[in-house]
Formats: sequence, structure tokens, C-alpha cells
Amino acid sequence: MKKILIIVPAYNEEENIRDVIRKLNSENQDWDVLVVNDASTDNTSDIARSNGNAVVIDLPINLGIGGCVQTGFRYARTHDFDIALQFDGDGQHSAEEIKKLLKIVRSNEADVAIGSRFSQKNDGFKSSFYRRIGIRIFEWFSYLLIRQRITDHTSGFRAYNSKAINFLADHYPSDYPEPEVVILLGKNGFIIKETFTQMHERMGGVSSIPLTKGPYYMIKVMLAMFMSSIRSKIHNDE
Amino acid sequence: MNNEAISISSNVQTTQFIAIAVSVTLFLYILFLVRNKKIKEEYSLLWLSSSIVFIFFSIWRNGLEYFASLMGIAYPPAALFLILLLAIFLILIEFSINISKLAEKNKRLAQELALLKQKIEGLESGKQADDPVRGDDLENIEPVSGPVK
Repeated sequence: MKKILIIVPAYNEEENIRDVIRKLNSENQDWDVLVVNDASTDNTSDIARSNGNAVVIDLPINLGIGGCVQTGFRYARTHDFDIALQFDGDGQHSAEEIKKLLKIVRSNEADVAIGSRFSQKNDGFKSSFYRRIGIRIFEWFSYLLIRQRITDHTSGFRAYNSKAINFLADHYPSDYPEPEVVILLGKNGFIIKETFTQMHERMGGVSSIPLTKGPYYMIKVMLAMFMSSIRSKIHNDE
Repeated sequence: MNNEAISISSNVQTTQFIAIAVSVTLFLYILFLVRNKKIKEEYSLLWLSSSIVFIFFSIWRNGLEYFASLMGIAYPPAALFLILLLAIFLILIEFSINISKLAEKNKRLAQELALLKQKIEGLESGKQADDPVRGDDLENIEPVSGPVK
């Protein structure tokens, strides 16, 4: 029996966190739900505590999504979880699709499974023409750097095996963590597989990535990805 | 010697005097800060060496011209700006390195603190549930927040 931890990073998600935890609890009881509250200024923590069976960790200061998710990995490592799954606290991901990601990691097909919005055509998530160009550029760029085809670098819907948990508990990036993790893991010999997942429109709250600043954001992310790729391989002997 | 030449040479002397006074004051100020532990020794090294370079060039006036000609710079004050900029660059890069280090340590501390807090909450609620319940404790019992294994 594999121990599974669902890591839910949450920053000011008082509108969504209740539903997210409820859905995660109702879907399956085989996993533990961990909410990492990134020093929210609203009632995220209280609501998370009062709803269902979720462990809540309150960060004393706001660390951003990277430091927030890493806290989850550190928890997963200390408590010997076999699989950690990142599930955003804003309700964008659907709990029913968790098993798709788990299947990939459980069967040792890959060390990391990413729920991709773009690996096939879909109506659930509308993306503009410019956005699609951006996605293509990212796909090409990461193939250039790590020789693995990834279509959705910014997806926060991911499952990791214990090898990846141990590694990321020490080395999770903090600037643009999602795309950087892809490169970091690829560089260090981890196998990444994608599977198509739906993405709901946000139920409430504010997105962490300002899409209006598209090109500027892309250049910054690509620079961060490039920097990750020129770093030498990390030897983790722990 | 006409009046204009005299005023120029006295101007140069005034400038040199000010330059020496300012750079020596700067040097002493940094020394004072280190002595009073306002700056750590390791961070003061770059500042002290920069201010020594300033003193050096403000005393040895021809030095600047000498270095300028060595580097092929026609206008000696430009060499001064170059040296100044390099010194400031080095110090600022040093700062960026230190800020990055601090940010990383700060992150680790925050994470450990949060994880420990969660652990304590789990322990406390577990302990309270096991202990014989006293009347005044009833209200303080929190729901078990640790994972149920």
C-alpha cells in the first residue's frame, strides 16, 4: 500500500479551499490531504482546519508558490510518503483526474506525472492564439534543454514519486518553480510523463501569473529555465 | 603669472584637499562602524579597500593621469569614474550574493518553523485527548490536526 500525500498550496483561497478539501476527501480516503497556507491574510487557514480531514501547515511568512510547495515535500519526506501530488488550492484541477496522474507514477512509467491542459485539443480551457504560440515556444525550448517533450510547463497539477520527493525537498526552485522544476528534474535524470487533464476556470481569487504581461513573463521564465539547465547535476546522497 | 592661472591652481588644491578629506573620513567612518559592530568584518573588506583606493588617488594626483594613460584613456577623470564604477559594481554584486543567501536561509527557517508548529499542534491535541479530561480543559481541546494513520 503506497502512502499518498496531496499537497495543496493555498494563498488567500478562503473562497475555494473548502470545496477543494471536500472534493479531495470525498474522492478517495487512501490519501492524506496537506494544505500549506502561504501566510494568507484571509481566513484560509481557519476554513481549511474546520473542513474535513486535512493537515494544515501555516507558513509564518509568505514564501511564494515555490517555497510553499517545497514545505509540502519536506513534510512528505519526513513522514515517508511514497507519492506526493500537487493540487492547487484555487479549484482549477479536478479531483477525479488525480488517479490518472497516480497511475503513471505507480506503474513506474515515470518519476513525475504532469497534468497537461495542452497535450490534446479540448474545450474546457480556452486559450488565445498568442497563448498557444507561447506554449509551443516553451515546448520547443525545454525539448532543446532536456530532450523531453513537455506541453504544459506551468501546470500545477503534478504527481511525484519518492525519489523526486527526496530530491525536491532539498532543491525546489522558488522564482518560476513549475517550469524550472521540469528542467531541473530533466537535467537530473528524472523521467517526466504528461497526461491530459481538464482545467476549470477559477472559482474565485486571483491568478498568480499575470497573463497580460505575457512576453515579458515568457522571457523571464525562459531565462530561469536556461539557468536551471546550465547548472551542474546535483548529487543527492541523502 | 596672471590672475587666472593662480585661481585655477588654487582651485585644484582645494579640490584635492576636499578629496583627501572626504576619502579619509569615509575610511574612518567604515572603521568606526566595524569597531562598533554595525558592519561585520567580512562585509567591510570591500568598503575599506575601496576607500583606500580613493585616498591613494586623492593624494597622488598624477597617479590618475598615469593610470589613465596606461589604460589608453585620454581624459583622466574618466579613469576615476571607471574605478569608482567598478568598485560600486563589486560591492553591489557582493550585496546581491548576500541577499540571495539570506533569502534562502530565511525560506528554510520559515519552512522548518511551520513544520515544527504543525508537529506541536499534532502532539498537543493527541496528548489532550489521551489525558484524563479536566473540566477547564474541555473548551481548549482542538480537533486532531495530524494525519490519522
